[in-house]
Amino acid sequence: MISISRMHLGVCAAMLAVLTGGCQIRQDMADQPKNRPLSPSPFFADGRSERPLLENTVARGSIAEDDLFVPKESNAFPLPLTPELLKRGQERYKIFCTPCHGIQGDGNGMVSLRGMKHPPSYHDARLLAVPNGYIYDVITNGFGGMLSYSAQIPPADRWAIVAYVRALQLSRNAPVSELPPALREKLNREGSAK
Amino acid sequence: MAQIFHRSTNFISRFSLFSAVFLAGLGLVGVLGLARSPYSTNQNVSRAQPVQFSHKHHVGDDGLDCRYCHTSVETSAVAGIPPTKTCMNCHSVLYADAPYLEPIRESYRTNQSIQWVKVHRLPDFVYFNHSIHINKGVGCSTCHGSINQMPLVFQASPLLMEWCLDCHRNPERALRATKDDVFDMNWKAPDNQAELGKQLAAERKIRSTAELTSCSTCHR
Repeated sequence: MISISRMHLGVCAAMLAVLTGGCQIRQDMADQPKNRPLSPSPFFADGRSERPLLENTVARGSIAEDDLFVPKESNAFPLPLTPELLKRGQERYKIFCTPCHGIQGDGNGMVSLRGMKHPPSYHDARLLAVPNGYIYDVITNGFGGMLSYSAQIPPADRWAIVAYVRALQLSRNAPVSELPPALREKLNREGSAK
Repeated sequence: MAQIFHRSTNFISRFSLFSAVFLAGLGLVGVLGLARSPYSTNQNVSRAQPVQFSHKHHVGDDGLDCRYCHTSVETSAVAGIPPTKTCMNCHSVLYADAPYLEPIRESYRTNQSIQWVKVHRLPDFVYFNHSIHINKGVGCSTCHGSINQMPLVFQASPLLMEWCLDCHRNPERALRATKDDVFDMNWKAPDNQAELGKQLAAERKIRSTAELTSCSTCHR
């Protein structure tokens, strides 16, 4: 009898230890004394483990981006214009620009419809006439109610977006005579059917 | 000499032995269950944030792409928490005076970080990389659930190792065909996902199960 009750006690004690022990297990491997991206750090006065860049810091590789700089007044386009670039531009445009400028570039994005300052349509005469460098400059430095997007969009992607904006403008401003024959035929056929 | 114990003691002793084993088993099941329960994984628990930022509003209603804020998700291990300036892209105009957004404006004025509460926390011995998952075609909602319907984000998945392995053993189930699909919060597997997944896995050179479940794939 004595041995049995001891066994009982032993089992109960082991189970209790397992059940309550979870709270006391040390988690040194899971909580290592290191910084992960954006984790807070009591070491620095501002509480951030990510340190702000020192003034005039030049990031590795960023000199290569100098080649992509085009002055505001210039109509140059520093990248080879390829279908891939346009596809990339379309994707980036949808992510960063559609909220305000709308999927068609007419300024009717969801955020504009909800009270944001309405951006001008890309199809306005003024914006049809601006050079490529101007669009690049607006993405980089912002304009009017639009803040700079330079932190979110790297230079090559900005040019992809510029290319796509030009494509959007062309979509409403292309003479029928410049369409490929197949598309022209389609337009004539379907245009006359209604 | 007379018997000290009554005959029924025989039963009590056997019963005690059996129930000890039974209780130990039950205890084990209980502990394993507890470790998998939301009590210890924090699954489905919404966290209060310094500003009650609603993904339902920004993603579900306004249609913002994940990458508008989480800009590094395609190129880096971490998706990135946006700087306060990203909020100000719209909120310098919209709800510019709302008391609700005062912590945002204060952060922008004072250049102090908003201390968002981390929802998806992996142990420090796990090296998860967002970009490889995104670029191989695993969608956001596969792990994060329907973020577009969450007023406050909660962890939709248990984030247990067995949950990671479940997918690393059968990655075909989670592979989506296009980049747009990857960021589509309402994506549902097409009927031919079994064949399509296999085909995508081959095209994208998804590694073998042995490699995907090797310790050093996630623990370095």
